[in-house]
Amino acid sequence: MKTITVRYFAMFREYAGVEEETLTLDADTAADVFEHTKSRHGSSEPSGHCKVAINDEMADWSSPIADGDTVLLFPPVAGG
Amino acid sequence: MIRITTDPIDPDALRHEMFNPAAGGYCAFEGWVRNENEGHTVRQLEYEAYDPLAVKEGKTILAEAADKFPHLQAHCVHRTGLLDIGDCAVWVGVASPHRDEAFQACRYIIDELKHRLPIWKKEHYANGDSGWVNCERCAEHAHG
Repeated sequence: MKTITVRYFAMFREYAGVEEETLTLDADTAADVFEHTKSRHGSSEPSGHCKVAINDEMADWSSPIADGDTVLLFPPVAGG
Repeated sequence: MIRITTDPIDPDALRHEMFNPAAGGYCAFEGWVRNENEGHTVRQLEYEAYDPLAVKEGKTILAEAADKFPHLQAHCVHRTGLLDIGDCAVWVGVASPHRDEAFQACRYIIDELKHRLPIWKKEHYANGDSGWVNCERCAEHAHG
């Protein structure tokens, strides 16, 4: 089990009702974090649409998660 | 240079900053808030960015453009907060020795910015509803 901070943005934040929370999860990758927090951010499909960052660095869904990491979950972006 | 700001974008002032004796061509793109999207009348757009990573990723995109197009000078400004119809939401300006590279680099930068920067927009409609652009379909239980 790892204790991580999860930060939600835009629609994910509105859905979760919080900007961030600290969770203890059984997660090896960023994708595991997305899956474990599905009921919080409300999204059913991460890959290709949503993005993830770990400790303020853009990451991949297969990126490993370490105890103490901050995982940022980004819904589909729409700049411009 | 890339900047994320809540202040109004002034394209004329930004254009002046691009003057460069080695540049023979200047190309700019302005993204404006329009009054309609997918059949809905839009009243305002609300932009949200995660500034630290938007700036970092924006710098990466500008560096990629500089690699592809030698002697390029490129700047970008993206606005956040609540914008009205007609407001400038994003500005990209490039100057280069020749026009072809200026057109191509400007196109490259705006396309990459739209797909890669952690920036989101919420449309506020005339009927009082609102919705996150590109987000609704990813949600299992979209808000009404």
